[in-house]
Amino acid sequence: MTELPLIGEAIAVAANPKLAGAKIGVVTFPGTLDDRDAVRAVRLAGATPVALWHADTTLGDVDAVVIPGGFSYGDYLRAGAISRFAPLMAKIIDAANSDARLPVLGICNGFQILTESHLLPGSMIKNDHLKFMCRDQVLRVENNTTAWTGDYAAGQEITVPLKNQDGQYIADEKTLDALEAEGRVVFRYVGFNPNGSRRDIAGIANAAGNVVGLMPHPEHAVEVGFGPESLDGVGGSDTDGLGFFTSVLNKIVGDNK
Amino acid sequence: MPRIVVDVMPKPEILDPQGKAIVGALPRLGFTAFSSVRQGKRFELTVDGEVTEEILAQARDAAETLLSNPVIEDVVNVEVVEA
Repeated sequence: MTELPLIGEAIAVAANPKLAGAKIGVVTFPGTLDDRDAVRAVRLAGATPVALWHADTTLGDVDAVVIPGGFSYGDYLRAGAISRFAPLMAKIIDAANSDARLPVLGICNGFQILTESHLLPGSMIKNDHLKFMCRDQVLRVENNTTAWTGDYAAGQEITVPLKNQDGQYIADEKTLDALEAEGRVVFRYVGFNPNGSRRDIAGIANAAGNVVGLMPHPEHAVEVGFGPESLDGVGGSDTDGLGFFTSVLNKIVGDNK
Repeated sequence: MPRIVVDVMPKPEILDPQGKAIVGALPRLGFTAFSSVRQGKRFELTVDGEVTEEILAQARDAAETLLSNPVIEDVVNVEVVEA
């Protein structure tokens, strides 16, 4: 796909030529907002982004899929509820559950689509304070063994933007206990819980670790000078989110050795 | 045209932030009798022709798969309303 630089030249940080062959699909639904940023993050990480359309009926030969943020179908009915039945979602669900365990990352609205798809347990409801919130958010990486977190250290704190209205993660106590026991809480809010999420949960994984969903936006923290640090210096670096994309690349390349 | 009405409510154990905001606003208008509000959704599905058992079953199925999310909501009512 043609992708003009929005800010500057998109120069990959990972100069490993093996990585450039890896194809990461980015899905666009009607109302998706952050697909271009996700495409840019994929390119900056050193891979080849592939634009996917929700009405597509094949996934092609992508090695991983990102379901980006936004307000697909205007959040009508419930956030992610209508997108979940898009033709391409059936393919993504099958591929994620197949023996090949296609890596899938859902960000914000993408996370909501993954819970509506039952690829991830629980659900998101309106923020407990009822307001849309946009801030730089500190997260702790609780599990660095998933397909999308291998480049982080366990317990590492990262800062990425968060922006949502329906971001309160909820599940019944039994499900929450199981997620904790199985190490499937991948990210937790640190210092401030921005939406009332149960047990400060910001992101979770499926049992196999190939499907990860989170409310905050790593794809907005991938370039020096344009990340959270430049706003109010809340720690971390401008590029704390890039690790998601380099993690899955290293996983793909590792699997294909 | 007959319609099938589907009512969906947040599960009792789920905190309803919208209902909470509404119950906070009521006393400001002098409505002081209400201690709690829960906000749900009502869907009206119009049927061209007669509502058969099969169509009603479809409506119940749609209510469980698309109109509600069983993790956070209950389908509390599915009924036929003549025009």
